[in-house]
Amino acid sequence: MQFDEPETEHVTAAITDEETEIDMPAKPAIGVRIGKVAAYLASYLQAVPLALILGFFFLLPILMIAVVSFWDYDFAGLYPDFLTMNYTDTLGSWVTWKTYLNTLKYTAMVWGLTLLIGFWVAYFLAFHIRTTTMQMVLFLVCTVPFLTSNIIRMISWIPVLGRNGLVNTTLIEMGIIPAPIEWLLYSDFAVVLAMVHLNTLFMVTPIFNTLMRIDKSLIEAARDAGANGWQIVWNVILPLAKPGIAIGSIFVVTLVMADFSTVQVMSGGQSASVALMMKNQMSLLQYPAAAANAVVLLIVVLLMVAAILRVVDIRKEL
Amino acid sequence: MSHEKRTLEFYVLAAFFAVFVFFLYGPLSAVLILSFQGPDGGLTFPLNGVSVHWFYNLFEQQAVGDFGASFKRSFSLGLMVMVVNVLVSLLAGLAFRRKFKGSTVLFYLTVASLVVPSIIISLGIGVVFQQLGLKPAWYSSAFGAHLTWTLPFGVLIMFAVFNRFSPSYEEAARDLGATSWQTFRHVLLPMIAPSLIGVGLFGFTLSYDEFARTLMTSGTYNTLPLEIYGMTTNVTTPVLYALGTVTTLFSFTIILLALAIILVMRRRQAKLV
Repeated sequence: MQFDEPETEHVTAAITDEETEIDMPAKPAIGVRIGKVAAYLASYLQAVPLALILGFFFLLPILMIAVVSFWDYDFAGLYPDFLTMNYTDTLGSWVTWKTYLNTLKYTAMVWGLTLLIGFWVAYFLAFHIRTTTMQMVLFLVCTVPFLTSNIIRMISWIPVLGRNGLVNTTLIEMGIIPAPIEWLLYSDFAVVLAMVHLNTLFMVTPIFNTLMRIDKSLIEAARDAGANGWQIVWNVILPLAKPGIAIGSIFVVTLVMADFSTVQVMSGGQSASVALMMKNQMSLLQYPAAAANAVVLLIVVLLMVAAILRVVDIRKEL
Repeated sequence: MSHEKRTLEFYVLAAFFAVFVFFLYGPLSAVLILSFQGPDGGLTFPLNGVSVHWFYNLFEQQAVGDFGASFKRSFSLGLMVMVVNVLVSLLAGLAFRRKFKGSTVLFYLTVASLVVPSIIISLGIGVVFQQLGLKPAWYSSAFGAHLTWTLPFGVLIMFAVFNRFSPSYEEAARDLGATSWQTFRHVLLPMIAPSLIGVGLFGFTLSYDEFARTLMTSGTYNTLPLEIYGMTTNVTTPVLYALGTVTTLFSFTIILLALAIILVMRRRQAKLV
């Protein structure tokens, strides 16, 4: 299906060209030119609301953060200045480095797990479910929790993992463990588990999307050529799924790198993340310090996204 | 469709999928059940009797926080975001159908808005409002902050829709003498209406549940997710679960409503064709 699109575009382009030629014989077409200018203008007018909103609520705030990160501050307010102190304070402290390392650790673990789970779920939906209706129903079953509150979904782990939670009481009753496992809740384990729970869907959706576009005859061909199931997945499907994996990875990596609420709630305040560090600075009104952290975090995240984008041109994938 | 015999791979993956769905819904159902905890029950199983005590508790005015008012704020904000999201995404989608100067920049700006960490945007908008001497509030700064999260989804959905949209329908309408407004109103709009409902649903639910972007931008009055977040640290009764059950059921209702509308629209279109 994908391959047809450029062709149809050519065809329609040819048709419109023909039309203008038929409509406007010989004379230089002023009417057409006015029409083109009007269409051009319409595009601009249609794009203006988006540009204004993103300009004021996205671009300006980011620029403001970059500026404020060089300002001076005390408990009473911010003072325009050009200091590198906020950066040297942040980058010179071993706490920052440790926090970054911790955040990267979460990101790597959550990325690996969501990729593994997300790929197989998408693969199952795309290749093993035979009717489109069933595919859509099962896909929606996966999607619905994503549209509910993240915080509620975090809290929902408390009665499951807590000291007297479902897991511990069941295991004790079955005689498998003598005393409750303490590291189930308020630990790195809980943080990673909750993050996987919250973010796997961001991996499932784009991978499912790319898998659905794979021409089934490619798989037939591979099978005819003697490939076994595993070889088909590894050599045919996985390479074709790369764009989806890349888009999913961008979502998961940026969300986990910037997470503070999951870390705070699920670690019970025992672990740190970069965003949590920022949030604490913000609650102490140390905006310039938080801004310096924000700039560093932004650069790190954008570098990661750029690295992922080397694999795929997302504009082609939509 | 081919009807080969199901392979072992199918059964293994089906089991995996079932576990995944259980993983998604299991904890949520624990909250649902525990919200009916008896008046003397605690935050964990077993149930100490069954009651709706905690739901009553939730709707009483009390120290827990102002649940009703924060719900109203979140609901209104969700509606505002939904309407603006649909309109702006539709317009931007139409704009992107033609290549215009700056379209690439605007496209990447939109994608960037999705990628930049929420807390950074929250901080940025907070600082901008402070420096401009404006008071942040849920209907101004938080509204804008939510749009930076919902608009990219909306624009990308519209982008994908128009990429697959054949212009021949519009050309047919134009050939039959329809004005560009008529073409839009009677041909284009009905065809993309289900996607617009989807964009609206995304706008509403993402805003209704948004937390990180509201943190620095909501001003004096909390939205519902902020209220719930506050409760996680200082509430130790099942009233927390009751609130979770109520908001989750509310989200489910909205999602089902949107899906039903989309389904009805699709049916009607299928009939017409």
